[in-house]
Amino acid sequence: MALSREDLLEAYRRMKTIREFEERVHVEFAKGGIPGFVHLYAGEEASAAGVCMHLTDDDKIASTHRGHGHCIGKGVDVHGMMAEIYGKRTGTCRGKGGSMHIADLDTGMLGANGIVGGGPPLVCGAALAAKIKGTGGVAVAFFGDGASNQGTTLESMNLASVWKLPAIFVAENNGYAEATAAKFSVSCADISTRAAGFGMPGITVDGHDFFAVYDAMRDAVERARQGGGPSLVEVKLDRFFGHFEGDNQSYRAPDEVKQVREQKDCIRRFAQRVTTGHDISPQELAAIDDDVAALIEDAVAQALAAPDPLPSDLTTDVYIKY
Amino acid sequence: MARKILFQQAINEALDQEMARDSTVIVMGEDVVGGTGANGEMDAWGGVLGVTKGLYGKYGNRIMDTPISESAFVGAAIGAATCGLRPVCELMFIDFLGVCFDQIYNQAAKFRYMFGGKAKTPVVIRTMIGAGFRAAAQHSQCLYPIFTHIPGLKVVIPSTPYEAKGLLIQAIRDDDPVIFCEHKALYAMEGEVPEESYTIPFGEANIVREGSDVTIVAFARMVGFAQKAAAALAKEGISCEIIDPRTTSPLDEDTILESVENTGRLVIVDEASPRCGMAADIAALVAQKGFRSLQAPIEMVTPPHTPVPFSGVLEDLYIPSPARIEAAVRKVAEYA
Repeated sequence: MALSREDLLEAYRRMKTIREFEERVHVEFAKGGIPGFVHLYAGEEASAAGVCMHLTDDDKIASTHRGHGHCIGKGVDVHGMMAEIYGKRTGTCRGKGGSMHIADLDTGMLGANGIVGGGPPLVCGAALAAKIKGTGGVAVAFFGDGASNQGTTLESMNLASVWKLPAIFVAENNGYAEATAAKFSVSCADISTRAAGFGMPGITVDGHDFFAVYDAMRDAVERARQGGGPSLVEVKLDRFFGHFEGDNQSYRAPDEVKQVREQKDCIRRFAQRVTTGHDISPQELAAIDDDVAALIEDAVAQALAAPDPLPSDLTTDVYIKY
Repeated sequence: MARKILFQQAINEALDQEMARDSTVIVMGEDVVGGTGANGEMDAWGGVLGVTKGLYGKYGNRIMDTPISESAFVGAAIGAATCGLRPVCELMFIDFLGVCFDQIYNQAAKFRYMFGGKAKTPVVIRTMIGAGFRAAAQHSQCLYPIFTHIPGLKVVIPSTPYEAKGLLIQAIRDDDPVIFCEHKALYAMEGEVPEESYTIPFGEANIVREGSDVTIVAFARMVGFAQKAAAALAKEGISCEIIDPRTTSPLDEDTILESVENTGRLVIVDEASPRCGMAADIAALVAQKGFRSLQAPIEMVTPPHTPVPFSGVLEDLYIPSPARIEAAVRKVAEYA
C-alpha cells in the first residue's frame, strides 16, 4: 500500500499531535497541575504513526506506561486523554485510570499499562479473538527494551507463533529501561534477533524514520492478515524526556538529548522528505501545525475546566460489598 | 431429579452445555485436550485429571492446548475476553498463580474499574485447590483468600456436583473475571445434578443443614467434613446449622449473620491458611456486625500456618478433620 498525499498529511498530523501533546503535558506537569506518574513519548512519534497508519478500529493494540503516543496514533480522542491525565470525570476512563491506564476499546486501544510486559499476553488474546471470529483483524503489542527481557513478552511470542496468531510485536528500543541502558540489560545487539528463537521474522528499523517503520509494518501486517502468523519489529529510537517527568536524566550524556533533538527529530526528517519529494508544501504542514496547536490548547482548557469525579464514583464499575 | 453424576462430570457438562449454547465460549489450558502436535491420539488426556475429556471431539479448535506458559495463555484468555470471547482458561493447580498472577490481579481484575466502566472481561479461570493427595507443598494449597482480597475478581468454591455445574454456568455468563476453585478431592464425589442447564447466583449461601445451637461456616471439602461432624454432634444433642457461602466474592454476609443471630455461636472451617484467610475474614465480619448475637468466642478450624507437608502422617494432621470440627463445636456450645 503506497502512501497517498492524504496519508502523508494524516501521518504528519498524528506525529505532530503526539509531539504537541507531550510537550504541553511536560510544561503543565512542571506547573504542578497534573498528578501522578507521567511518562512522555516525545521523540518516538514515527513509531506510533508508522505502526498505526496500517491499522483500523477493528485492529487492536496494547501499549505501555509510555502510552500517550500509541493512544493518539490509534485515534483515541485527545480531549478525553488530556482530561484523563488531569484525573477529570470527562476523561477517557472517567478519571479512574490516569496517564498509565488510558484505554479506549472503541478504537481498539486495549490500554496503556503500568506493568512492564503486561501487554503482550493480552495481545495474544486479542489476536486469538480476531482469528476465531474470522474478522481479519490484527493485534499489535508495543513494548520497550525493558519489557523485551520480561518472561511475559517471551512467552507471548512463543504462544503467538505456535498458535499462528495475527499478532505483531513492536519493540520500541529507546536505549533505556528507566535509567539502565539497553546496551547493558539486553543480551543481544538487536532485540529483533530474538524472533528467530520463536520461529518468526524479525527486523530492526530506524525509528527516527517514519518510512522505515511504515515499510516494515506493511510486511508484518500483511503477513498477519494473510494467516502467516506473528512478526517482531524492533524500532530503535530516542526519547526526548526522561523515564518519567521529574527524572533529571543524569545517566545520559550531558548533550545527548540536545543532539537527538537537533539531529534525529523524526518529525523534522519527515517534513523535509515530504516537502521535497511528495508534492506537499511547507504551508500545508504549517496549517496542520496551527490546527494541532489549537487542539491541544483547547484540550488543556477543557480539561482544566472539567469536573472532578463524584465521590459516588469511588464504588462504581466494580463488584463491591462491604 | 434422580440422576447422579460425579463432580468432575458436572464440570464437563457445564462446559459442554455452554460451548453448545454460545460459540464465543472457548477453553484453553495445559493438556485440556492433550496430544496436540504429538504422534498419537488427540484428546489423549482431556485435562490432567480428565475433566475436559470429550470436548475436543465436539468443539474442535474451540478447545486448545497451550505451551506451559501460564502468563501468556492466562493473559491471552483475558485479552480475548476484552475482545468479545468468553474464554474458560484452566490454571491446572492454584499453586501456579505465582507464574501468572500479574495478568489476573493487575490486568483482568482492574480493567472494568480502571477504564471507567467501559471494559468487560468475561473470563473464567478454573483451577484445582486442596490437600489430601500427598501432592506436597506446591500442588495442594487453598489460595482462594488471595483472590478474594483483590477487588474486581469474583471467587467461586463449589462443594458438590450440583453446585459445580450451576456455579460454573453462572461464571461463564458473568461479565467479570471469575476464579473457579475446584477441590481435587471432590472430583470423584457423586451427587444429584439436573441434566438441563441451570445457574446458581453468586453471593447466595446454601444452608446445607438447619440447626439451632451452633453455626458452622465451611467451604469446599470442609462442607462435607462439617456434615459428618454435625451428624455425630446431633447424637450428643448439639444442633448445628451449616452454611456453605459457595462464593467468597461476593460473600453472602446476611445469611451468616442471620444464622449467628439464631444460634449465638460460630465455628468457621477453612482449609486455607489461617492468617488473612476466609475464617479470619468471617470472624471479623461477625465480630463487627453480629457482636450482640454472640454468646461464645468464635472458633476457627484451619490448618496450622505451615506449608502443606508431604508425609501422609503429617498431611492428615494438617487438614482440618471432622474430629477437630466436633471439638470446636463442643467448645463453643459449652461456653457459658
